[in-house]
Amino acid sequence: MVAFIIRRISQAILVMLIISLIGFTIKNKIGDPVRDMVGERVTPAERAQIRDRLGLNDPFLVQYVRFLKNAARGDLGLSFFHKKPALSVILSKAPATLELVFCSALILIFVSLPVGIYTAIRPRNWFSRFTMSFSTLGVSIPVFLTAIMLIYVFSVELNWLPSYGRGETVRVCGWDSGLLTLDGLVHLILPSFSLASIMLPLFIRLIRSEMMEILETEYIKFAWAKGLTPRRVWLLHAFKNTLLPVITVFGVQIGIMFAFTILTETVFQWQGMGFMFLEAVERSDTSLLVAYLVVVGAIFVVVNTVVDIIYGLVNPMVRITGRT
Amino acid sequence: MSRTWRRFTSSYFLYSFRRDWVAMSSFSVLLLFLAVGLAAPLISPYNPWDAESIDIMNSEIPPRWMAEGEEDFLLGTDVQGRDMFSTMLYGLRLSIVIGLGAVFLQAFVGITVGLVAGYSGGKTDSILMRIADIQLSFPYLMVAIFISAIFQVAFGIGRYEDLAVPLLIVIIGLAEWPVYARTVRAAVMGEKNKEYVEAARVIGLSGGKIMFRHVLPNTLTSVLVISTIQVANAVMSEAALSFLGLGMPVTKPSLGSLIRSGFEYIFSGSWWITFFPGILLVVFVLVINLLGDWLRDVLNPKLYKG
Repeated sequence: MVAFIIRRISQAILVMLIISLIGFTIKNKIGDPVRDMVGERVTPAERAQIRDRLGLNDPFLVQYVRFLKNAARGDLGLSFFHKKPALSVILSKAPATLELVFCSALILIFVSLPVGIYTAIRPRNWFSRFTMSFSTLGVSIPVFLTAIMLIYVFSVELNWLPSYGRGETVRVCGWDSGLLTLDGLVHLILPSFSLASIMLPLFIRLIRSEMMEILETEYIKFAWAKGLTPRRVWLLHAFKNTLLPVITVFGVQIGIMFAFTILTETVFQWQGMGFMFLEAVERSDTSLLVAYLVVVGAIFVVVNTVVDIIYGLVNPMVRITGRT
Repeated sequence: MSRTWRRFTSSYFLYSFRRDWVAMSSFSVLLLFLAVGLAAPLISPYNPWDAESIDIMNSEIPPRWMAEGEEDFLLGTDVQGRDMFSTMLYGLRLSIVIGLGAVFLQAFVGITVGLVAGYSGGKTDSILMRIADIQLSFPYLMVAIFISAIFQVAFGIGRYEDLAVPLLIVIIGLAEWPVYARTVRAAVMGEKNKEYVEAARVIGLSGGKIMFRHVLPNTLTSVLVISTIQVANAVMSEAALSFLGLGMPVTKPSLGSLIRSGFEYIFSGSWWITFFPGILLVVFVLVINLLGDWLRDVLNPKLYKG
């Protein structure tokens, strides 16, 4: 087991090195750190001097190692537009994105679990059939279209819910939270529902098919033969065993939701990391772009590694097949 | 030719196709879309890419059947005064070209990598597949957004917009090839120890010839199954990128950029600029997905679940 964890972690470190190398190459070839520091109004002679002082004329590898050392200390360069360290810009935007992902994950769990279980138990019921055909349609609707439709119905036509921004936030230990005010919660409803809508069809299908497979197994037949109540068989015997694959997929899909926050945040003008990233692209803010790449890459690598290790702990088959 | 035709007409494939009305209707809708999209310059009443035919005075006219609609514009006009119907046809055409182009590219890269990795095995295999695995651990949309962001910063927005179609094909192709590589490799691993491969080796054929002429045709079923889904994915990615402003420019809008430009005006009640391209996009992706589901069930009954 220890060997498995060590191998998985060293793999994660390798991936992080590759990401940082890509990030550094972008910064080195496209970005202009001198401009990031002093702006456009400096003579070429002074620029050359600054370049030299910053060590930008050193060999590629020397600069890369310096970049790595700085990155390890949490210094990912200065954002040209914000005139602040890129990492602190990202961290100031992170709460908005994390809250959005958190709320969508909650919606995802509380909708997909009951619906998935129900459609597995009663596959011929009209509700199940409706859900299954609706889920094919759901997969085909891009998230930004769902978001726009929600805005049109609930903000423009009905005028029930706000369509953009985070609303009122409270500062709790350096974390700007919209979860604690009524206004902030109201602003969260539409974005988190549209973000959850991408994963919902997939999850309902996954839970349904896993559950249906387990309902066919011998021990469930035995549980029925024992004369247990349907509730007990479904929820205690069958449902527990569907959870294992569902949890793994859930871990990975949460990471994928981060990718879709870029789309959701654009539609709702949500001041999070994804919105910031697109602004950085428009302003050619290379340092911020690279910092975002490294941070999001790190989130993915950590999530994937943790999920893999948990899965390895729960399911010995993974450890053993992985070794050969 | 006639024998192949007869084999096709009496095949299980066609039989199950004709019994499944969902597959038949989605196939006809898809054919209609392809035809309309590719013939867009012939069918559409206006040329939305021609700045001279656009009159800004015509902007935001609602569809014909509404009170303020005009006879000339069936589905109304967008903000710049372009006829929605024509612009949508041109947009559909772009989505089809980019979607198919991207799938060809990723299939080419992915199949080559998968074949080489699966057939050679050993070090080559583990290096190539490790690369594919690393990329697969990131969602393809994220990868596509990153690559296009980098391209846009590197090329500058003006040149990026000029080169948007080939660049988008490359971006989406690069973002999704590992899916093909994994699928083909798995199929090759199953095939390469069979007797016909050994026979080919015994008569002294080269590795390349065995790979492409003997092993590849036997892996094409699984390639076909994922290809339909991948086309749908590519079309969706293109729409998402264009919506974010990282894809087709507003002067030559694809469906995604049309939705983007319409979204800004949805608060003033001009719903048709967003709604019609949106419906077109959803129906297009939906029929491809339905066909893909059907194809998977027919060609690979073992995979069928749920």
